[in-house]
Amino acid sequence: MPIYYYIVLAIVLFCIGIVGVLVRRNAIIVFMCIELMLNAVNLLMVAFSKMHHLKNAAINASAGSDGQLFVFFIMVVAAAEVSVGLAIIVMLFRNTHSVDINFLNRLKH
Amino acid sequence: MKEFLLVILVAPFVGFLINGLFRNVLSKKIIAFNACGQILISFLFSLVVFSTILESGGAIFEYYNFIKVGSFQIPFALQIDQLSSIFLLIITGVGFLIHVYSASYMKEESSAHFGRYFSYLNLFIFFMLLLVLGANFVIMFIGWEGVGLCSYLLIGYWFKNTEYNYAARKAFVMNRIGDLGFLIAIFWLIAKLDTTSFSIIFSNESLAKLSTLDITAITLLLFVGATGKSAQIPLYTWLPDAMAGPTPVSALIHAATMVTAGVYLVARCNVLYSLAPITQTIIVCIGLATAILAATIALKQNDIKKILAYSTVSQLGFMFFALGLGAYTAAVFHVITHAFFKALLFLGSGSVIHAMGGEQDIRKMGGLSKKLKITYWTFFIGCLAIAGIPPFSGFFSKDAILVSAFAKSPALYFMVLLGALLTAFYMFRLLFITFSGSFRGTKEQQQHLHESPAVMTLPLIILAILSLVAGVIGIPDVLLNGGDKLSEFLSPIIFVNNEHQLSHSTEYLLMGLSTILIIGVIVVAWVLFKKYKTTETVGIGKFFENKWYVDELYNKTIVNSINKLAKICNDIIEKSGIDAVVNGVGRLVHYGSRQLRLLQSGQVGNYILVMVLCMVLVFSFQFIFKK
Repeated sequence: MPIYYYIVLAIVLFCIGIVGVLVRRNAIIVFMCIELMLNAVNLLMVAFSKMHHLKNAAINASAGSDGQLFVFFIMVVAAAEVSVGLAIIVMLFRNTHSVDINFLNRLKH
Repeated sequence: MKEFLLVILVAPFVGFLINGLFRNVLSKKIIAFNACGQILISFLFSLVVFSTILESGGAIFEYYNFIKVGSFQIPFALQIDQLSSIFLLIITGVGFLIHVYSASYMKEESSAHFGRYFSYLNLFIFFMLLLVLGANFVIMFIGWEGVGLCSYLLIGYWFKNTEYNYAARKAFVMNRIGDLGFLIAIFWLIAKLDTTSFSIIFSNESLAKLSTLDITAITLLLFVGATGKSAQIPLYTWLPDAMAGPTPVSALIHAATMVTAGVYLVARCNVLYSLAPITQTIIVCIGLATAILAATIALKQNDIKKILAYSTVSQLGFMFFALGLGAYTAAVFHVITHAFFKALLFLGSGSVIHAMGGEQDIRKMGGLSKKLKITYWTFFIGCLAIAGIPPFSGFFSKDAILVSAFAKSPALYFMVLLGALLTAFYMFRLLFITFSGSFRGTKEQQQHLHESPAVMTLPLIILAILSLVAGVIGIPDVLLNGGDKLSEFLSPIIFVNNEHQLSHSTEYLLMGLSTILIIGVIVVAWVLFKKYKTTETVGIGKFFENKWYVDELYNKTIVNSINKLAKICNDIIEKSGIDAVVNGVGRLVHYGSRQLRLLQSGQVGNYILVMVLCMVLVFSFQFIFKK
């Protein structure tokens, strides 16, 4: 499969993520969109590392494996981030009885 | 020697620091003791230095590099030679007597103000010593500005009186006008010769590098500086107003030392002046005009200190007249004798004012000779000295000036003799109105009359003795062969002295003529003023009493036009120019920030939108320009 497919898919996922962050007001959906963007990048990384491996396997048997490893790191970090983010959203809900991010403008006043 | 000079210079400064910093803590006794003690140290070391000079001549000592720019450098160097050692003795000697006198005169001041007064006075001595000891124009200029500052501070010593503050400001501003001339002269010298050291500038190689125009301009500019400091026409009007300061200050700064700085400057640069005949002519004219103008004003003044102030201006005119004639020794001689008798007269007037409880108007005095015996006799000696009666010191110094005037031209002689006669007249008018006749003040003042304490009369007596005998250093050769010790002493410094060629009989005649005329004038003054009654002055007297309306003239022409200019600047340039720009910047920032504030909506979505848009922008830019 050509690399373009992966790139286009990643771009589409990323744009969906951005648009979701920009237009949605529900904090959970915004949060999901952020994850979407993160995973778009992950997907791209896996695709590139695979391509890298195919091109350079003759010279270096382990070429591209560091990219794959990075993806696992990102996933772990994302999982940690999700737990923190969800905790914030829970606290937000307890305080405001809503998960609408437009309520989060208290610092302005 | 090198260390001695430093001690002479630093002692008054130490006194200034101690009295200035601890004026709130120290008692008056310690303050006075400290101030007088430091000057006494300076004086004693000056005597040692003077005796060394007598034996071995002058020297220049470099302490450190003061300013160094490329090849041009100004060392912090002190020069001690015949001329500066004489000034050293006058400043520290007369200064010490006046310090002692002040300790009693100012005793009614509160302790803090007492300390302030003495710290200023010590600082003044420091700067004055720096002025006469500096071995280049820059060091001299530091002293020159410093004494101006101290003069300002001391004139405005009683700063709660607005009039006095105006007088101080006037003195300061007028001195600055002169100082500008001095400064330009220094720059001119640096531009032409790349140095400011006296010893290099006055050498033959340096003089050869200067054109006639250079020398004329530099000497004229230096003279402008001298007119400011030494109160010559047209910058003399500050000196009479400077009498607002305490009387000992008038004696020290505005009679004996600071105002003679201009004479010192010209005498120091006598090599340059002798090469500039145009400048010399101008100095003669201005000196003579000042001498006579100030003398005529002094004829009709009624404030005891104002008379002495105009007398000082007039005597300074005599000195400059002598400088212009090239009789530098005569001018320095007159500086010396004048320092003694004018300090004496001022301190005497201080004693009178003290006895009268602050009254300065001589019309309200009279008959004081019975109550103030010591003051009266010392004042009398001072008057005889300034009038030029032999054998008092003023006779010899004034005779030296008169003789050199006659050698130049008889017309000049008669004009300057007129000045000398006026001097005798106004001084004896002052003496007779103040001390003879009957008392014209109030009853309380009459009961209050008393002789001043010994601390005040002792300096008077010492100065009176000096006024009496100081003439012996310059007895003309006709009276005593080899009697003119001063010319001999100063000959290494005064390179070109106008040696007049007059026969002995002419000199005798001149002396006799001036003495007889002066005695005649004194007799006239005695007849007119021994029983003085207050009368309204009319005609030309009114003109003199109002000081030739010079102050009014200056106000009308210069002060008013500057005020108008300032008003225009204030109303138009300041308000609609500078203010508009400044306020405009403020308003712009205010407006801009109000608009920018809208961006901070608090909506997270907006922020992210802006962020995304900016990122897209940055990436697309890179995308476009990469290709």
